[in-house]
Amino acid sequence: MHNFKLASVVIGLSIASSGFAATEVEWWHAMGGANGEKVNEIAKAFNDSQDAYEVKPVYKGNYTETMTSAIAAFRAKQQPAIVQVFEVGTASMMAAKGAIYPVYKLMRESGQPFDESSYLSAVTGYYTNSDGKMLSMPFNSSTPVLYYNKDLFNKAGIKQVPKTWQDVESVSKKLQASGVKCGFTTAWQSWVHLENLSARHNVPFATLENGFGGLKTELKLNGPLQVAHIKKMGEWQKSGIFSYSGRRNDGAAKFYSQECAMYTESSAGYAGIKRNAKFDFGVAELPYWEGKVKQPSNTIIGGASLWVLQGHSKEEYRGVASFLSYLSRASVQADWHQFSGYLPITKAAYSLTKGQGFYSANSGTETAVVQMTTGTPTANTKGLRLGNFVQIRGVIDEELESVWSGKVDAQTALDVTVKRGNALLRKFEKAND
Amino acid sequence: MTVTFPQKGLPWLLLLPQLLVTAIFFLWPAEQALEQAFYQEDAFGLSREFVGLENFVYLFTDPLYYQSMLTTLVFSFSVAIMGMSVALFLAVMADRVIRGKLTYQTLLIWPYAVAPALAGVLWWILFDPSMGPIALWLGSAGVDWNHYLDGNQAMILVVIASTWKQISYNFLFFLAGLQAVPRSLIEAASIDGASPVKRFWTIVFPLLSPTTFFLLVVNLVYAFFETFGVIDATTKGGPGQSTNTLVYKVFEDGFIGLDLGGSAAQSVVLMAIVGVLTVIQFRFIERKVQYS
Repeated sequence: MHNFKLASVVIGLSIASSGFAATEVEWWHAMGGANGEKVNEIAKAFNDSQDAYEVKPVYKGNYTETMTSAIAAFRAKQQPAIVQVFEVGTASMMAAKGAIYPVYKLMRESGQPFDESSYLSAVTGYYTNSDGKMLSMPFNSSTPVLYYNKDLFNKAGIKQVPKTWQDVESVSKKLQASGVKCGFTTAWQSWVHLENLSARHNVPFATLENGFGGLKTELKLNGPLQVAHIKKMGEWQKSGIFSYSGRRNDGAAKFYSQECAMYTESSAGYAGIKRNAKFDFGVAELPYWEGKVKQPSNTIIGGASLWVLQGHSKEEYRGVASFLSYLSRASVQADWHQFSGYLPITKAAYSLTKGQGFYSANSGTETAVVQMTTGTPTANTKGLRLGNFVQIRGVIDEELESVWSGKVDAQTALDVTVKRGNALLRKFEKAND
Repeated sequence: MTVTFPQKGLPWLLLLPQLLVTAIFFLWPAEQALEQAFYQEDAFGLSREFVGLENFVYLFTDPLYYQSMLTTLVFSFSVAIMGMSVALFLAVMADRVIRGKLTYQTLLIWPYAVAPALAGVLWWILFDPSMGPIALWLGSAGVDWNHYLDGNQAMILVVIASTWKQISYNFLFFLAGLQAVPRSLIEAASIDGASPVKRFWTIVFPLLSPTTFFLLVVNLVYAFFETFGVIDATTKGGPGQSTNTLVYKVFEDGFIGLDLGGSAAQSVVLMAIVGVLTVIQFRFIERKVQYS
């Protein structure tokens, strides 16, 4: 009798707990430091808001490591439901048709309300298919801007903020005359000085709508505009107007130490610069070449989006869909945007942030949003979709470095880049056709 | 002398753990790499196509691959020679110290415990062109240090970072080797009037040759295979291609570029190179080594 009682209690308890167990949804991400804590906070807020699903964020290292481990996990059939993939991995994810669950389809099949027009097209454009359907959910997007040291500008008596590359040149000369060692440095040279340079002037970076039109795309980055820009940068490197400081965002050190007065870097670098700069700084739009374009186009984004992977249960996908809806809420988006410096992904989040007076209280934070949303994105400014893009960027880095060191002229370097890059594109085409 | 076992099974049983480790961690992956080298596959493993020798053709028609081989040779021999000569020098010095001997030795062995990536970051900070203490000091001495631009400087940086870690290991072996040199030989030589330098080159150094030979093999293998952590943390193969060694290329193409076939073909080539290298070393160099 006693035993029977005990047994019924145990059974009762186990039924109760299984009845209340929330479905777990694993989310692999690449956000370290403060942003990583914020990601945990967002997941916790979602988990607390309902009790059917539990999102578990897992930090997997940097972007490359996160993507590589998700792919390895997929091959071992241990993949997470959601993975954060950086923008250059987009083509690889898209091509893996059997591995991904397109977000627009997921939302439709899970019955979540999903209005693609409420998202900023300059952001989502990067992640849509040729029918304009969203394949992944943008999470953290940024775009390059120009940071400048106001103190050094004042000291050199410069009043106007540089708008064009011609301005950058003349301002740098004035700065140098006032004793500043270098005019500007840059982070992510391929992204800023080739990919976004092309978008800003509405010229193609690659054929077939920058790769959106199919795997047969070829690089076009050795056009007259790009060659002229890189040639000029090579000359500037010699005269000290430009100072190269590495492939990633190592240039920050030169900007912080006031060795360089200007710095082209991602809008998401804002928080770091604010923390480290011991001087007053401003944020300007990414310069363009006067005379090469009447009205500069929108820049393209960097950052990452969330991809849903195949191989999970219907129940888990319902959880994923409801989490993605939660992420797109204006309040959640606005909070993430204001905290991290990444761009808002919905129009509602942008106007909410504006209404809260965030932009006027934090000068410079709106620059990137305005620059992103100028005009309607064209085939040249929607984004880039190139296979093996990680390696292609590596090739670009190598060849640009040979220009900065004066070994090769701009035309030759970019011609070689195109040739080497195209070989990688053909390889990708063959592996994914 | 031959040891005989009463049963046939026991020796195999005793060998089993080592054989298993070799099979799981060496033979199986090596076989996988060999197979993979003949296929082209998308990253997710959804489709796979047999391409024959195409991955190899692609490699050997790429002039940059030969350049990477040259880079690897320069890098590996620099690391091995520099690491061994510095370690030998330190070992000879440490061998002479009488007071605080253990402290010196422990301090010299320390860097070996540092992970390659950490060693890379450490040197990367010391040599950072705009804030690294060494770079600033070089700047004041008139050397314009910028390994982001200058390929030779980048090479020097990765060689230093890779060597530094290996010095401790070499030091240990040289020190043990030095302590095994019979005192009587050295004493006899000094009675005959041989100077310390002469004693070192005619007695100590030849007697160290088995150690030196062993270390040469180990250091070359280290430089070939285990340095991608250092390179990844410092130069990422740049600027241009100047520090892109073969093993870093395997890592980059396979783990970052997700080109499994191409990367596997490269590791097969590497396997072959190291095999040949080892055979050459044992065949030709070992003959000149005095073991007793």
